[in-house]
Amino acid sequence: MKVTIEVNGSEVSDEVEDRTLLVHFIRDNAGLTATNVGCDTTSCGACTVLLDGESVKSCTILAAQADGHAVTTLEGLSGEGELHPVQRAFRDQHGLQCGFCTPGMIMASVSLLAHNPKPTREEVRHGLEGNLCRCTGYHNIVNAVVDASGQEVGR
Amino acid sequence: MIPARFTYLRAASVDEAVAMLGQYGDEAKVLAGGHSLLPLMKLRLAAPGVLVDITPLDGLRQVRQEGGDIVIGALSRFHDLHGDPVLAEHAPLLAHVAGEVGDQQVRHRGTIGGSLVHADPAADLSAAVLACDGALVVSGPQGRREIPAAEFFLGPFTTPLEPDELLTEIRVPARAGTGWGFEKFRRRAIDWAIVGVAVTGTSVSLINMAGTPVRATATERALAEGASLADAAALAAEGTSPVEEPHASTEYRRHLARVLTARALERAAG
Ligand SMILES: Cc1cc2nc3c(=O)[nH]c(=O)nc-3n(C[C@H](O)[C@H](O)[C@H](O)COP(=O)(O)OP(=O)(O)OC[C@H]3O[C@@H](n4cnc5c(N)ncnc54)[C@H](O)[C@@H]3O)c2cc1C
Ligand code: FES
Ligand code: FES
Repeated sequence: MKVTIEVNGSEVSDEVEDRTLLVHFIRDNAGLTATNVGCDTTSCGACTVLLDGESVKSCTILAAQADGHAVTTLEGLSGEGELHPVQRAFRDQHGLQCGFCTPGMIMASVSLLAHNPKPTREEVRHGLEGNLCRCTGYHNIVNAVVDASGQEVGR
Repeated sequence: MIPARFTYLRAASVDEAVAMLGQYGDEAKVLAGGHSLLPLMKLRLAAPGVLVDITPLDGLRQVRQEGGDIVIGALSRFHDLHGDPVLAEHAPLLAHVAGEVGDQQVRHRGTIGGSLVHADPAADLSAAVLACDGALVVSGPQGRREIPAAEFFLGPFTTPLEPDELLTEIRVPARAGTGWGFEKFRRRAIDWAIVGVAVTGTSVSLINMAGTPVRATATERALAEGASLADAAALAAEGTSPVEEPHASTEYRRHLARVLTARALERAAG
């Protein structure tokens, strides 16, 4: 079927199999590879993108279901040469080690902050339950989200 | 992992969805949030030939009050329900439980209708709707019918829904001001409940204590007869048939049911 998705503000249109998953459309058809496939079973959150502004796991959505909708990936967050505040906070707070989970963590954090601009540490942990970090750097990830929200990073 | 090949159809109305389901019969499956169905298809545990996507039916994604009832569209997502002011006032148990399902991303996609029809004995909202004395409104080729929640869950992953029927609404009596409590015990944040308890007023239902969500009838009877919360909670596992699993024996589950029921009843009374 023909699928047209607005990816990071530009329309991407392609003929794909009905069973194509959104994550594969993003990586293979739109050519954007920040979005990772980790577990492929809806557990790890590495594939998290925003669909119509809300964080979703793109390994568990059909490209067909996003037809006519808007997707934002990590590549779509930053402006020209400018990091998004959440990206900057992940860098400043050492919120990543190998970096594999990072695109998904950042997209989930952006969605979390959109609903709760000043989260407590506990709320950050609850909001990021759907994202796993194999390097287990959760403490600094929480620091990064608190920092991005403009709050003092307690320890 | 990629699902086996299927034909994707998108329904523009309830009638069209029912017609499509009627045309393909057993071969077709409804696709809502896809957060139970697509994982099964990726693991090739399910391989429907046709998917009928109902996500465009925005009319089924609302909560409204109708007389003494709160009517919840089957396509309302967990995240919608968690933040819904009508639900928060009139069925606060459901609003709370919707915020406890899965994780943030799952709550942005999964629907109450999909969760109920999937009929997993570990599902949170099934037990909560059962505690609320809810009813499920279904549309099929013969029109609408209403099935009480108590008659909807027939066994693990089994409901009385026909292949050409669509769940459109869930109705629960409005109960503003009623105390409620919800407890679920799990090993890790994203796990399903090993055991859970949903309480509204003096109605108590249990998650994962049988092949379906069940009411804790002995506890409810004791409460009606004026027993203390602690004495009533001690009866929570009576008549249940929890499964034995490597990480949770039946006796452990019975223990959890009693402890969690005591906590949920106290929360509801407090
Ligand atoms: C990581 C993860 C964690 C989870 N954690 C929990 C948890 O803690 N607690 C919990 O309760 N659940 C949990 N779930 C389960 C899950 O969120 C729901 O079961 C799921 O969202 C079902 O709703 P859906 O809209 O996604 O349904 P789908 O997957 O689209 O459909 C599920 C089934 O229902 C049928 N169906 C859907 N809608 C209708 C309708 N309106 N009429 C007729 N048939 C219909 C489909 O054909 C299919 O058989 C979790 C899921 C994931 C992926
Ligand atoms: S790859 Fe999608 S959740 Fe892990
Ligand atoms: S930084 Fe390595 S998986 Fe998170």
